[in-house]
Amino acid sequence: MNDLATLPTTRDEDWRYADPDWLAAADPAVLAQWRELEVPAGGAISETRDVAAGVERLRVHVGRDARFALFCINAAGPYARAEVEVTLEEGAHFEFGGVTIGGGDARQEFVTRVVHAHPHATSNQTVRAVQWGRSIGNFLGRIEVVRDAQKTDAAQNFRAILLEKGATANAKPELEIFADDVKCAHGAAIGALDQTAAFYMAARGIPPEVARKLLIRAFVADAFAAIEDADLREQMLEKALAALGEEAL
Amino acid sequence: MLKIENLHAEIDGKQILNGLTLEVGAGEVHAIMGPNGAGKSTLGYVLGGRPGYEVTQGSVTFNGQDLLELEPHERAAAGMFLGFQYPVEIPGVSFAQFLREAVNAQRKGRGEEALSGGEFLKLAKEKAGLLRLDMDMLKRPVNVGFSGGEKKRAEMVQMGILDPSFAVLDETDSGLDIDALRIVGEGINAIMRAPDKAVLLITHYQRLLDYVKPDVVHVLAKGRIVKTGGPELALELEEQGYEAVV
Repeated sequence: MNDLATLPTTRDEDWRYADPDWLAAADPAVLAQWRELEVPAGGAISETRDVAAGVERLRVHVGRDARFALFCINAAGPYARAEVEVTLEEGAHFEFGGVTIGGGDARQEFVTRVVHAHPHATSNQTVRAVQWGRSIGNFLGRIEVVRDAQKTDAAQNFRAILLEKGATANAKPELEIFADDVKCAHGAAIGALDQTAAFYMAARGIPPEVARKLLIRAFVADAFAAIEDADLREQMLEKALAALGEEAL
Repeated sequence: MLKIENLHAEIDGKQILNGLTLEVGAGEVHAIMGPNGAGKSTLGYVLGGRPGYEVTQGSVTFNGQDLLELEPHERAAAGMFLGFQYPVEIPGVSFAQFLREAVNAQRKGRGEEALSGGEFLKLAKEKAGLLRLDMDMLKRPVNVGFSGGEKKRAEMVQMGILDPSFAVLDETDSGLDIDALRIVGEGINAIMRAPDKAVLLITHYQRLLDYVKPDVVHVLAKGRIVKTGGPELALELEEQGYEAVV
């Protein structure tokens, strides 16, 4: 064991919303582990993941004109953090869809770092958070566009629904752009379920818990809209919604 | 069928309905007309049970049942339909999904069996045809991207599918061109003109009443009914304005 390895603390920007108790007890060797993935030039890899409790880190190199798609459900607790670091070659694409969904004291987060290292690469990230109880959903998304990466097209969108007072969502978009001919879009919004829509549904006879589930389903679906296989898309949606306990509805 | 007695209601502490009394019998169409701010839409929302609208006094009885005791979705299952002046857009929820949930929730509430996918589609096709709306609308998210007229026709398609015994239609005629007005009027007649059904039409104008002939016309002002008459009252209002009559 290397006792000199320093553990991150919540004073580090990338860990500011992390669970301090988990960090204090963390094993540096575990934190040093990255799963490495290479998408060869012209290739395509698509992954779906259930994020487990603890910290998991993935580093991906996406070759020229290749495509990497990652879709995650983060319904774990008490602390579950999924980190992904992606470097894009010329003409490569990264697609990310993530959902945090939880109640109680769960603290769930996605941390992404997308490096547009060469021209004409594109990336699109859609993260949705559904939180109740005293749970916390976080998205820390960094996009780096190097000086040569002209014609980069990067987009990042985060929205959170807090079903109850006491739940929290944090968004931390970070854009570092050194090229001048690029498109970088980012947006973040945190709110409650649409009460007007809920009443409209009630007026048609839909009970409140069913209406809430339909509205949450529609909200979460954005994160998986880019899954091409309709059956898989539906499975992911159902799996995410299965995390909604009765207390959430 | 519907009996409203001395109804007082407020929103955000502001009194809007001020002792409204009204009775609608089976087989009847009543029109409620009145100037802006009279409380017409509030009446619709109070009958629908919209959160935030607080009844402070009076009662509403629907088929012998205390309507105000029921949750909004229970009122719908009991046969009450509220047509919205501004139908709500729900991105990400298709009309098909929305309406099937609604139909089957209501059927379940009445102890009936759920409709199968095929039965639902057949019913939806028939009612959409009545309102001359394309069946493709069922695939689209609820009211999203619909024109004002399409939204109102879609409301009537919903009414046709849900088959209520009592409809409160809040300015269903607003935002309609002349052709759409006729289609919607004919739709209301086809769906709701029956001896065991009744309609409360809330409107500003006489024009919808050319198609849906009311049995009784009420004038609502300052939160209460100030005048009641036959269809001729609507014409009188159209000619002379509210000020002369109220």
